[in-house]
Amino acid sequence: MGFYRTLTWPWPLSGDEQEAVYLSLRVAARAVGFGLPLAVLVSVVLARGRFPGRFVLNTLVHLPLMLPPVVTGWLLLLVFGVQGPVGAWLAARFGVQLAFTENGAALACGVMIFPLMVRAIRLSVEAVDPRLEQAARTLGAHWLDRFFTITLPLAGPGVLAAVVMGYTASLGEFGAVITFAANIPGETQTLPLAIFSALETPDGEAVAGRLALVSVFLALGGLVLAEFLSPRRLK
Amino acid sequence: MLRVSLEHRFAGVSLTMAFEAPTPGVIALFGPSGAGKTSLMNAMAGLLRPHRFRMELDGVALERRRPEYRGVGYVFQDGRLFPHMSVRDNLRYGLRRGGAGPVKFDAAVALLGIGALLGRRPRHLSGGERQRVAIGRALLSNPRLLLMDEPLSALDQARRDEILPYLARLRSVLSIPIVYASHSLDEVTRLADTLVLIEAGRVVAAGPLTDLAARVDLPMALREDAGGVLRGVVNAHMPERGLTAISCGADFVWVPQITAPPGTAVRLRVPAREVILALESPRGISVTNILQAHVVAVAEDAAGHAALVSLELGGGALLARVTRDAAERLRLAPGRPVLALIKAMSVDWHQED
Repeated sequence: MGFYRTLTWPWPLSGDEQEAVYLSLRVAARAVGFGLPLAVLVSVVLARGRFPGRFVLNTLVHLPLMLPPVVTGWLLLLVFGVQGPVGAWLAARFGVQLAFTENGAALACGVMIFPLMVRAIRLSVEAVDPRLEQAARTLGAHWLDRFFTITLPLAGPGVLAAVVMGYTASLGEFGAVITFAANIPGETQTLPLAIFSALETPDGEAVAGRLALVSVFLALGGLVLAEFLSPRRLK
Repeated sequence: MLRVSLEHRFAGVSLTMAFEAPTPGVIALFGPSGAGKTSLMNAMAGLLRPHRFRMELDGVALERRRPEYRGVGYVFQDGRLFPHMSVRDNLRYGLRRGGAGPVKFDAAVALLGIGALLGRRPRHLSGGERQRVAIGRALLSNPRLLLMDEPLSALDQARRDEILPYLARLRSVLSIPIVYASHSLDEVTRLADTLVLIEAGRVVAAGPLTDLAARVDLPMALREDAGGVLRGVVNAHMPERGLTAISCGADFVWVPQITAPPGTAVRLRVPAREVILALESPRGISVTNILQAHVVAVAEDAAGHAALVSLELGGGALLARVTRDAAERLRLAPGRPVLALIKAMSVDWHQED
């Protein structure tokens, strides 16, 4: 019963707790910021394109959704780790290290939320009537022009929903982050990792409870926003 | 001159179509639904890539140009206005991309009567308003050719009657050719200069509307509403008799008095079933128009009870449908001079501009 007595209104947060929250928000923002353009591109390719490798691309994109997150994190480590082919190249060429860094946490989150974003955007791109794009074509709009003036605005609600969903899901990423970026306070220790650590600590339940409440509020906020931005409401 | 030829095959349907028509003017593609009109239009816009296709407008080959650079405006059957833009932005979409053309924004808005709609979203427009905006949008993209694919077919009769005058005005204002697909004989006879008859993926006949409307060998002639078309100019009004004289070449055709001032170009439609043929001038008869003509061709309808008679007048050609018995009694045959009796009340007229 001791736990419930320790469960108090989470504000004000302690310095370490604040750090975990801000870090989570930063990591999620980076994951969405870098993932979104690529997700839009892949969504359009999957929704409109008819090419041989389509099935392979689709499977690859959805893989992180099906794999255990730990496996995804480990695969990232194999590729982007200091010894990995891409990781070694990045280190040698740009002096950039991803594994066990904040950027690495963002990469892990980005990979995990990628299928979610692609699904949301793809559905809304598929819902855009291609005959409108044809009409734009006869009015003199080339493909990039059509994409930015017709396809993207009409798929806009889906893109916004993908952003909110991706951001919220990013805040909760655990397995891939802890495997690829480890659990370094102030560096890669995001909210769920901080909660995990707190639970591992004797008498850490109070901290875990406060952070958990913050998580719940953030998740609820994200869900409400996503629902508010859903295409049905904007019709 | 617009020259188009197409060969295409899809899903078991084979299309082989070719026609040429003088420009500018309205070229009507007339035929039943599914005959291949939309495929032909899509190919002309570049949205369909047929196996073989040639398209030449006033000496410029267009078939290799991509749709966005072809300069072919397209008014779709279903309008296809952009739902996320206001009417104004829809109209400007083509204007910004097509470069400045002879039709200015304000002129197009006035011509189509859509000034009050500019701030609205497409979903708040009626079907007729939507089509007018779609026409304006295509016009403002500065096209060298305007395609209209059954722009009125999704509308009820009242809406059609609302838009037809705008289309008629358009044809007289525009200096570009319009290709107009329709399965409505009424629309086609009101708007077309050149008629291209399409059936089952083939061009059955192509030529001036006034010629084709009077032919007895075309499926069109068998229709209940078949009839000849005469083009003329309002000559004089006779208020004391309540009549207006229209001069069609050497002939005068009288119609109940109309409002258009003398000098106005009009087209007259004379239903084939309303034309009476006589060998000598009758006396004491209510018919106002008694025109000298001679028979060009005679054909029987499918059942063999009616005879279709193509007539040449001083200023045009007409079609008459009489009983086979009458055709035999009058010994109607090519070259035979006859009198065509047409009730003034039976003549439909439309202003050309």
